[in-house]
Amino acid sequence: MNYLVGLLSVVFFILAITVISKSLKLNKNLSGENESDSALDSHNNTNAVGFLLFWLFGTIAGVWSFLHSQPDFLPEAASAHGVKTDSMFWISMAVVTFAFFITNSLLFFFAFQYRNDKNRKATFYPVNHKLEIIWTIIPAIVMAILVFTGWRTWRDITSQAPSNAVVIEVTGHQFGWYVRYAGNDDSQLGNINYKLIDETNSLGLDFTDKNSFDDFTASELHLPKGVPVLLKIRAQDVLHSVYLPFQRVKMDAVPGMPTKFWFTPTISTDEMRAKLGKKDFNFKLNCTEICGRGHFGMAITVFVDEPADYKKWVMEQKPFLTMNPAYLSKVPENLKAKASKYIPAEPIAADSTATEAVSVK
Amino acid sequence: MSTAISTTEEVHAHGHDHGHDHEHEHHELGFIRKYIFSEDHKTIAKQYLISGILWAFIGGSLSIIFRLQLGFPDMSLEWLRPILGEWIDESGKLDKEFYLALVTMHGTIMVFFVLTAGLSGTFSNFLIPLQIGARDMASGFINMLSYWFFALSSVIMFSSLFIETGPASGGWVIYPPLSALPQAMPGSGLGMTLWLTSMALFIVSQLMGGINYICTIINLRTRGMTFTKMPLTIWSFFFTAVLGLLSFPVLLSAALLLIFDRSFGTSFYLSEIYIQGQALPNMGGSPILYQHLFWFLGHPEVYIVLLPALGMTSEVIATNSRKPIFGYRAMIGSMMGITVLAFIVWAHHMFVTGMNPFLGSVFMFLTLIIAVPSAVKGFNYITTLWKGNIVFTPAMLFSIGLVSLFISGGVTGIILGNSALDINLHDTYFVVAHFHLVMGAASFFGLMAGVYHWFPKMFGRMMNKTAGYIHFWLTFVGVYAVFFPMHYTGIAGFPRRYYSFTALGNDGEAAFTDLNAFISLAAIITFTAQAIFFFNFFYSIFKGKRATQNPWKSNTLEWTTPIVPGHGNWEGEIPAVYRWPYDYSKPGSEADFIPQTIPHSATPESNLPEENDEIAKEKEIESLLAAQNESYNR
Repeated sequence: MNYLVGLLSVVFFILAITVISKSLKLNKNLSGENESDSALDSHNNTNAVGFLLFWLFGTIAGVWSFLHSQPDFLPEAASAHGVKTDSMFWISMAVVTFAFFITNSLLFFFAFQYRNDKNRKATFYPVNHKLEIIWTIIPAIVMAILVFTGWRTWRDITSQAPSNAVVIEVTGHQFGWYVRYAGNDDSQLGNINYKLIDETNSLGLDFTDKNSFDDFTASELHLPKGVPVLLKIRAQDVLHSVYLPFQRVKMDAVPGMPTKFWFTPTISTDEMRAKLGKKDFNFKLNCTEICGRGHFGMAITVFVDEPADYKKWVMEQKPFLTMNPAYLSKVPENLKAKASKYIPAEPIAADSTATEAVSVK
Repeated sequence: MSTAISTTEEVHAHGHDHGHDHEHEHHELGFIRKYIFSEDHKTIAKQYLISGILWAFIGGSLSIIFRLQLGFPDMSLEWLRPILGEWIDESGKLDKEFYLALVTMHGTIMVFFVLTAGLSGTFSNFLIPLQIGARDMASGFINMLSYWFFALSSVIMFSSLFIETGPASGGWVIYPPLSALPQAMPGSGLGMTLWLTSMALFIVSQLMGGINYICTIINLRTRGMTFTKMPLTIWSFFFTAVLGLLSFPVLLSAALLLIFDRSFGTSFYLSEIYIQGQALPNMGGSPILYQHLFWFLGHPEVYIVLLPALGMTSEVIATNSRKPIFGYRAMIGSMMGITVLAFIVWAHHMFVTGMNPFLGSVFMFLTLIIAVPSAVKGFNYITTLWKGNIVFTPAMLFSIGLVSLFISGGVTGIILGNSALDINLHDTYFVVAHFHLVMGAASFFGLMAGVYHWFPKMFGRMMNKTAGYIHFWLTFVGVYAVFFPMHYTGIAGFPRRYYSFTALGNDGEAAFTDLNAFISLAAIITFTAQAIFFFNFFYSIFKGKRATQNPWKSNTLEWTTPIVPGHGNWEGEIPAVYRWPYDYSKPGSEADFIPQTIPHSATPESNLPEENDEIAKEKEIESLLAAQNESYNR
């Protein structure tokens, strides 16, 4: 990267020097006022050459900087749809880069080629309908193809989640994420109500709903590999946005309006570590909707496990009610019997699951 | 105009030639009426321009401060304490909330106060009457009010920078609930109230300006200036005004509802919120509603900013290529297409905000259609250069720069407009790169092109060209150096509005430490280079070389006015218009330009066959003189 800095500063420097020296030369010659009265001056060719140089150094800098940055782009997508959108992204990028390069090249080349010459007259060329039709239709066709493929992918991504999808709830708040699983018995998320939120019950689990009894919370997101996952996304206070960069997942979390995104993780954490050669690599969940001073630090770690490991991890988790037996009092009488099965004989010491993943002062 | 004045006028009119009647209104005004509460469109334009330049320096310096944080996260900013005070925390770092405030105010200032007011406000006011052949705007008084509402709005926005809780900090889009709840961040307190007040006044100013531009263009064109003979600048100002007039009221409604939510306990945007240990009573509101209302302005706003720049560029490129603009009608058509489509693409800003995905599909189709007229404009500019005889004035350099930036930023719009690809790129630096190039930098280059090109008409003096060249090259290279690399961090998944990238994990931020430092360095150089312009501008107003009447050998009407046009713009009759504004290097003609005021009957050597028919219409155009004068005396 230091090379790039060097390269561009050289370009800056050379351009500045040429222009200044030229101008000094001109100023010496310029005792009269005639020349500067006309719009044309001796810098005209310098500026024309400038565009050519800009094109040349710009192309070199563009290509070099791309190659230099490429290893640091997001690695191979770790989800099924991400592989599709990635390949579509790079195909689209190739198309637009081609258009970008051709048009910019023509622009700079014409600027240089047709710089003012006193002996020449510009060609009066106001219109050419055929040409205009061609360059209206070609972008239209290219655009239509890109839109159509994009639309099909979008439609697939946003379709109904498969019925076997694992449902996980992610809730954003200032400044962290709560994760809730449907539990090991009913695989149904219980109702929540924001008015029931207190210091321990930070999600507002509603214990009048029997589906809540086996729900457990976590401070990390565990996902099974190769199985569709449906994220149910909520926000408690302001807008947040769930961003799983490595899985190419993004969806805003909106207070009062649950959103969702389903996808299939295809690469486990261990596989990704091996691929990248980084032993301590971890997937992340970040926030991408401005939400206040801790916005940039609002991240939790995401583990993609082999299905068996995932199952094991899930089985090890204790329902919220088991961790916080005091909430049995919130359960209505007719469901007490059902709920009490989650209450341990010996009270568990502390609640460690409902804490904030990241707290930024 | 009051009846009393009209009566005196009629008295005066007796025994006078009609054409000179406007002279009677021209009595010396006091300093205040002439320079401060002026109703003269030229003075109002200069007021807008100078306000815009001052705002640009404020908006730019805010970005430099946050670029310091992003580029050099370990740097001690203790030396900024004299200016920023408590916003530098104990460890010598930028306060995290103030960082967000900087980002927010940079966006607000640049989009609204610089590129809307400073660009469109300046040149619509300055050029519309001069290029269509009008004495002034349809209503000078409303025009004056428009500026002063803007000034008042500026004062309020500026004062919000100095309050203890800081200015608005929720991003320039001020999405609720963050912007609605003072407990969510300090900037959502008084700072947000001032932001909303300021913007409400700003919208009033824009509406008064816009209605004036539209009325003036429709009603006050000189004889012979049919719509198809109008310069593309005027077409662009017209479409811009239409866009503003139809979309700004929607922003006002969004702001009003937000004000209600903030101050009067309504729940338009708020629902089921638990914040700071407290469950709020609001139920049933939708933050998405705000986003729809905001982007219904927000997207047309992009074109409000860009179209005037494109219009002026058309004029500057044609003049300095010494060639007619290629595809004049296609240019009008594509601007018209962009204007219409601008209203039906807004939700592409909301693909992943929880909006119904079906709506996302619809908006993806509509969005990618808008790429077609934009592409046509790009091709037309390039073809205009082809076989030209190009004079690189500073204005021309900035115009070519604009075309380049417009293309470079525009192509990535095709990526972002694709909702499937937007999933990963939404709210990353890829978006920042895209809109800064296509809308920010391109429009800024249009503003600069306009200033360099019309400075002689504004102040009767020339700006220093050499300084202009240096300014251009530093800015052009600088802008690319700042925004091009941002695509890379975007593809690497760096979200925008992040104070630091450490939480991305896996040493993700380390890979781009150098690049971020480079971007910041380039930003500082580019910003510093604007000082060249600043000094050139203010020096040239007073000490610049005297301008000639038509320094760029241009065809349009403004160059037929006196070097420094007085009140009423033309001494004597307003000239008639006989031809389109792009007769440059016409075959058969001795001169390489034929101004719009030259009748075809005077140029038999260069007339195209179909133009000989125009000669018959000349009598008709001349006969309109009496009616035109009449209209000014009503």
